[in-house]
Amino acid sequence: MDDLYRDYILEHYRRPHNFGPLEDASVTREGANPLCGDRITLQLGVVDGVVQTVGFTGRGCAISQASASLLTDEIKGKPLADVQSFGADDLLELLGIQISPARLKCAMLSHDTLRGALSQLAESGPEAGRDQAGAGI
Amino acid sequence: MTMTSEPGTDAPGSAADPRIRDGRLVAEVIRADFPILGTTAHGVPLVYLDSAATSQKPLAVIEALDGYYRGYNANVHRGIYDISERATSAYEGARARIAAFINAPESRELINVRNATEAINLVAWSWGRANIGEGDVIVLTELEHHANLVPWQLLAAEKGARLEFIPITDEGYLRQEVYAELLKLKPKLVAFTHVSNTLGTINPVAEMTAQAHAAGALVLVDGAQAVPHLPVDVQALGVDFYVFSGHKMLGPTGSGGLWARRELLEAMPPFMAGGDMIRTVTLRASTWNELPWKFEAGTPDISATIGLGAAVDYLTGLGMARVRAHEQELVAYALEAIAEKVPGISLYGPRDAARRGGVVPFNLPEAHPHDVAQLLDRVGVCVRAGHHCTMPLHERLNLPATARASFSVYSTRQDVDALVDGLRDVQRIFRS
Ligand SMILES: Cc1ncc(COP(=O)(O)O)c(C=O)c1O
Repeated sequence: MDDLYRDYILEHYRRPHNFGPLEDASVTREGANPLCGDRITLQLGVVDGVVQTVGFTGRGCAISQASASLLTDEIKGKPLADVQSFGADDLLELLGIQISPARLKCAMLSHDTLRGALSQLAESGPEAGRDQAGAGI
Repeated sequence: MTMTSEPGTDAPGSAADPRIRDGRLVAEVIRADFPILGTTAHGVPLVYLDSAATSQKPLAVIEALDGYYRGYNANVHRGIYDISERATSAYEGARARIAAFINAPESRELINVRNATEAINLVAWSWGRANIGEGDVIVLTELEHHANLVPWQLLAAEKGARLEFIPITDEGYLRQEVYAELLKLKPKLVAFTHVSNTLGTINPVAEMTAQAHAAGALVLVDGAQAVPHLPVDVQALGVDFYVFSGHKMLGPTGSGGLWARRELLEAMPPFMAGGDMIRTVTLRASTWNELPWKFEAGTPDISATIGLGAAVDYLTGLGMARVRAHEQELVAYALEAIAEKVPGISLYGPRDAARRGGVVPFNLPEAHPHDVAQLLDRVGVCVRAGHHCTMPLHERLNLPATARASFSVYSTRQDVDALVDGLRDVQRIFRS
């Protein structure tokens, strides 16, 4: 009956995938919705243009955390070019629930943070990534 | 078109009034005066627990707006014809009743503004820019709504003034011993909330004001959460500036008040300039109108002010002491019922209902306030989730956000019970 809180969303919230810090991240990016206090830290480990490892930590509402769990599953093992083209609509599709305008920011937090991580990576150059761990906090 | 109730204590609620029984409000009967409380949300009856954000409106207020627009809509202070004179007298009559409601000595000391935020900005711009200089100290508190914080930040940045903050205890009381120390800095102004919109703390306004005056400071009190919920007497409180919003006290949006002592208002330069606030205008110079119009540039929100007059009549009919007793009783009931029936819940704010307004902030261990609010909405229960425009206070309490239930004259124990049931549902959903 409640669209937003489908079992798999709650499952991702309770036991998020890819949760925890990475040891050797190429890029670390924090994202937050100051208005509601949702926050995540997203880390990517990029090797030879492929997102080999991905991890996130954070706290917030079920929608923001489940969305990060789903997103990290999706981009793991993908070439950067594919990750680049992963758009907001793709994430909404992954979530598979009706998001009201009031909750869109929660749903999009992981995606906005990913965009930030990707531009940070581009700025520092793909190979420079390796020693960028911890930057951007 | 007006509804003039006696501003007395007992007369309007005498035996015949079914809304008052044995000196107490009967919220179940009062509810019938509020059309929206008869509606449904998602097919279930509306349980409105967000009155601290904005209150619902009784029919008397809705009809006052309707009556103005249908019967005598005209600009005020201008037309020499019947409906304009009626509009002017309704508008000024409302001012007089609003002023009397907070026991202002004179109704010309009551400036009609759109809301508490505008009132504080008016003081910060007009009084603040004329009186605050480099190195001056303004004392605020950790409890403040952004409306009583950001205008002072702007002023301090512009003038090179310094802001100091009275810290709170973990329960949400102002630390009076630190306040006493801060007063030694000889602040020019002390500005604080009468009742906290987030924790419900009722601050000891009269005592704090006396201390401020002894230290040579003026006092501004944010009454946005007080005027709707307890008797307010600005003379007894002794304050210099007192502000409130009409929409939180059963009145329309776009209405509100700034009360200040006449000498202060007379010495203050105008805030906004234009029509209505002038006495004479030449191409190069103007002189100001007298109070209160000096501070009411342009066409005011006539209908909202008339509506607020009706709201004040309505509240007076109930009696503010009874309103306070009702909400105090309800907050005590809520704190107990929630703590007892919702395992693991965190409740914030003063535990003593006698020192707390009708505001209940909480967090569930298993769910973020946004999820809580969203799931409660499903069963028709409206609560607020977020920082309630008090980010520094949430920072102080080390909470990213809270959910908050808040009450008004029409709130009942059934509303609280619906909240408790809803919270138990949320727990069921979130526990695997
Ligand atoms: C304590 C307090 N002060 C000021 C305000 C601002 O009120 P308004 O938005 O009506 O100006 C509020 C409203 O939330 C409040 O609760």
